[in-house]
Amino acid sequence: MDAKDLIACRVAQELKDGDVVNLGIGLPTLIPNYLSEGVHITLQSENGFLGLGPLVGDPLPDLVNAGGKPCGMLPGTAFFDSAMSFAIIRGGHVDVTVLGGLQVDQLGNLANWMVPGKMVPGMGGAMDLVTGARNVIVAMEHNTKEGDAKILKQCELPLTAAGKVTAIATELAYFRFIGGVLTLVETAPGVSLDEIRAKTEADYAVSPDCREMRLPAKAS
Amino acid sequence: MTNRNKRIAVADLRPRFRDGMTIMFGGFLGTGTPDSMVRELLDSGVKDLTIIGNDTALATTGIGVLVANRRVKKVIASHIGTNAETGKQMIAGELDVELVPQGTLAERIRAGGSGLGGVLTPTGVGTIIEKGKTKLTLDGVDYLVERPLRADLAILKAHLADESGNLVYRRAARNFNPLMALAADFVAVEVASIVPTGDIDPDHVMTPGTLVDALVLVEEK
Repeated sequence: MDAKDLIACRVAQELKDGDVVNLGIGLPTLIPNYLSEGVHITLQSENGFLGLGPLVGDPLPDLVNAGGKPCGMLPGTAFFDSAMSFAIIRGGHVDVTVLGGLQVDQLGNLANWMVPGKMVPGMGGAMDLVTGARNVIVAMEHNTKEGDAKILKQCELPLTAAGKVTAIATELAYFRFIGGVLTLVETAPGVSLDEIRAKTEADYAVSPDCREMRLPAKAS
Repeated sequence: MTNRNKRIAVADLRPRFRDGMTIMFGGFLGTGTPDSMVRELLDSGVKDLTIIGNDTALATTGIGVLVANRRVKKVIASHIGTNAETGKQMIAGELDVELVPQGTLAERIRAGGSGLGGVLTPTGVGTIIEKGKTKLTLDGVDYLVERPLRADLAILKAHLADESGNLVYRRAARNFNPLMALAADFVAVEVASIVPTGDIDPDHVMTPGTLVDALVLVEEK
């Protein structure tokens, strides 16, 4: 199982039956593949609907996901305009948002929308999602391709939102903010505490209950 | 209530185009953007436009072609990453880009069309979006004051209209269209079919026809 699938599989365990969830583009879209039996979630698509599903058969006109790609819709889907969509997001009606990160820090700050002078695509819906969702899970690889830390004492890149992250899932570890303190709660199979320490710049606590991730047989 | 038939030909919009005007456009990565009106703008040669909408699509789709053909002076949008031309012209200093969080953009447009002086939002607090904005703390929560947006012209897309301009949108093509119908001095809507006034169940109308000035029929292939 590669890093992305492991992360998606671990985040899927956080989702409860009935949750309303917004998934960012890329890695987070793998998460529905790993939901436990009996866990049914409703996906919110910020371009204007609840009930996003996989594309089945030929694309329908005017049915695209937040990446502009053809998608499906499940029975019970509701469409709405962008003000309603973001009222749902900002107003705390989304239980969980899962999105990627360039940097996260020990204060719960997230930077994932621009690299000054290099990448300025715009924030899209990310700032509203991170501000308004009840739980913000950052799903990302633990380090950059160059091996630099991404979980920092303080983000260097422009923030998406300040102090809103509730958990971080990587291929090495699962962290939660517990009482405002970044806390290591799980390690990936075969990964030592020392390795995580060496690859993480942030200060963090290690939960007394810290354990190895329990991944289903098909996924590990 | 007026039952005037609001149908026009897309070319009838052309006298309304002015260099330097501000145009809102519906759509999300091109879904819900009226391609017939984008084409008319392009063919008219109008330039120095300020465009307001969610994104600048691709360089070859939706509103993106106006950017690629250098008709735009300023973009107000939440996302420009899918249109390489927008980024290129911005970095070269040829295009002014104001990036606005998507939910804030929706509310600024809604405010502009609703007689509101702005909205208070927590989105952007503690980020570079704060720059130059008034910050208020109410009941212990920080908010940014975000000002309304309006336009000279809105170019929108719906699926169905009656001759009076009552609109029904389809699926994910609704997005910013209903908000913009409130926020521009002239509102033109591309639709796939037009039925006689009275043929749409009043409970199914998504945008009241009184907000719509003109309908352009572009039947689906």
